[in-house]
Amino acid sequence: MSEMRDMLLDSARRILADHCAPAEVIRAEQGEWPAALWQALESAGLPLMLVPESLGGSGLDWADALALLRLAGRYSAPVPLGETLLAADLLARAGIAPPSGPLSVAPARAGDAPRLENGDGPALSGTLRRVPWGRYAAGVAVVARAGDDWRVALADPADGVIEEGVNLAGEARDEMRFERAPVRVGEALAEADAGFVLRMHGALVRAAQMTGAMDRALELSVAYAGEREQFGRPIGRFQAIQQQLAVMTGDVAAAGAALEAAGERLGRGDAWFFAAVARTRIAEAAGPAASVAHQVHGAMGFTYEHSLHLSTRRLWSWREEFGSEREWGERIGRALAVRGADALWPLLTETETGDPHPPRD
Amino acid sequence: MAGLDLEFAAQPLPPEAEALRAEVRAFLAQEREAGAFEPTCDCWLHHDVELTRRIAQRGWIGLTWPERYGGGGRSILERFVVTEELLAAGAPVGAHWVADRQSGPLFLKFGTEEQKRFFLPRITRGECFFAIGLSEPGSGSDLASVRTRAVRADGSWRLNGTKIWSSGAHRAHYMIVLCRTEPQGEDRHAGMSQLAVDLSAPGVTIRPIYNLAGEHHFNEVVFEDVEVPDERVIGEVGAGWQQVTSELAFERSGPERYMSIYPLFVELLRRIGPDPEAATASELGRLAARLFTLRQMSLSVNGRLQAGLSPDLEAALVKDVGTRFERDVPEAARMLAPFDADGRAEAPFPSLLADALLHAPSFTLRGGTNEILRGLIARGLGLR
Repeated sequence: MSEMRDMLLDSARRILADHCAPAEVIRAEQGEWPAALWQALESAGLPLMLVPESLGGSGLDWADALALLRLAGRYSAPVPLGETLLAADLLARAGIAPPSGPLSVAPARAGDAPRLENGDGPALSGTLRRVPWGRYAAGVAVVARAGDDWRVALADPADGVIEEGVNLAGEARDEMRFERAPVRVGEALAEADAGFVLRMHGALVRAAQMTGAMDRALELSVAYAGEREQFGRPIGRFQAIQQQLAVMTGDVAAAGAALEAAGERLGRGDAWFFAAVARTRIAEAAGPAASVAHQVHGAMGFTYEHSLHLSTRRLWSWREEFGSEREWGERIGRALAVRGADALWPLLTETETGDPHPPRD
Repeated sequence: MAGLDLEFAAQPLPPEAEALRAEVRAFLAQEREAGAFEPTCDCWLHHDVELTRRIAQRGWIGLTWPERYGGGGRSILERFVVTEELLAAGAPVGAHWVADRQSGPLFLKFGTEEQKRFFLPRITRGECFFAIGLSEPGSGSDLASVRTRAVRADGSWRLNGTKIWSSGAHRAHYMIVLCRTEPQGEDRHAGMSQLAVDLSAPGVTIRPIYNLAGEHHFNEVVFEDVEVPDERVIGEVGAGWQQVTSELAFERSGPERYMSIYPLFVELLRRIGPDPEAATASELGRLAARLFTLRQMSLSVNGRLQAGLSPDLEAALVKDVGTRFERDVPEAARMLAPFDADGRAEAPFPSLLADALLHAPSFTLRGGTNEILRGLIARGLGLR
């Protein structure tokens, strides 16, 4: 781990510990914008860490960002840190300097992408669904259809109509309708499939957050098993509990390893494959990990009062966002099937390079 | 809090390991082409002395051991690559497996100079095979309860007792026997020692135990007044337990803990073909994601071993997560490519599926049951 990353994580840990007590996360879920938390993250330069220094950022890489987001997931940080990282990265790659403030992205798929037209200037029309933190965003980065071409555009939520929604964790997931809204449009992107790259990065953002949420759920479960006494001893003394927590630890460890491996490979042409692997493995761990955490916590963990649900409701939400393990697993399976049985081992050991694009997407 | 700082950092492979991989791959392709073997599941249980000799000639047994003992002087990560290539090919490497993975390293760490000079070059030449002598009829998961005992007798030890589940003992030259050299006292881990026992010595009886597939891999080995010379005690008399448990990370974290069914996975992919249905592709992708991740975990543990650390908890996790994957693959294969599993079928898929289904119960038992491993993990979490 680089020294730079250590420093970044240290300062992030301090900020998150100061501002993400369960009561504060609950207040945010109930609709209060955690201004002090966001302010502190912005002052530390974290939301723009991926943006090149020439555009006002600090030029760090995605592997650093994933480590940061794992930590944010551990603290259930109720702010669009991942979304701002995604939007700023997408905008910067299209040559648009990201505006200040929290940002978001529209996780559109090809079928329901918004359209760009040219009237008195570029204008955006279409409906963006489940925009994370949309109502709080100073700007939303979208990949929009411009005739036969795809462009990145920056829309101002104030120019659209917002219908508020939430996920299982009370995080804002809003619908936004734009009708010829004025937007800034970026340069043509080098990669043809900017929409897919956004979905892949988004999937990894949620994977990192899920890993952090599992870290927390395990930490809470081990602590609870050590404190809660039944039959005259801590329940963690019972093998039935120990076995379950050991299995959960294996899943959490696998999630961490998958995330690390994907982060290391993000600069590569076939990065999507490893992102898909991490996303699939981590999302697959999320459900069983949440189940064990709840089983160990008993009825106490099923109450609103206990903070376990801050992590588990996020796991249940995040594993669906930017594509479930079914969607990402299918991409992996299809890529392997197309290459054939004899290419499997060379691909797994990376002695053969994977294809730069997933098949049929 | 313990256990929550589990270290599974990404571990890249050095260029020399990749160069070695290319050599191993070319060698195995050549062997396949010459008809030397067909891939099997659990290939590290299958003996082929001729193949072992050819692997030895290449210098791939005892790869990490010092050159003065016939070893290759290479790194743990290079050994990882050789091991995973052999397993991916499904090559019958059982003859030298135990000696290469456990017995040799044990001599290197605790053995006398004479033992190193005697055993290690023979092992690296593919001439000396070992069996494990831990479990007993009354002593499985509770290993500290072993009753096989050796008694001092004038410059040697007299060994009596029975070892069980000793894979390949009927083809091995030596067994490393964990036995009591003092009666059990208050500390049940004290008073045990490890002896290298010549399996051709008078008083040794080896009886086959057939597994549920009708195959002969493991054995019951009975010792009746077997005389073991003093110089065949490994390490300190009385320190057997510490010696046995100090090296488990090597045994638990290797690719054989998630690749025993790899040849089936390959043939499953072949059978599914280039254009699977969405649900099939998705299930296949999820299995592949587990396999890829396990390899990263195993690599990470091997990187830490290379750095001289003892990642015991991480190694136990690799074995628990890895063997669960091994057990799930044949079940998934049934769903994805229905076929009558038939061990006598000519086509590779049904016969490998038969192989995997019949061997699956052992995946989560051998080398320490998953329940015992989870107990160790729980201890690492601070629960016991």
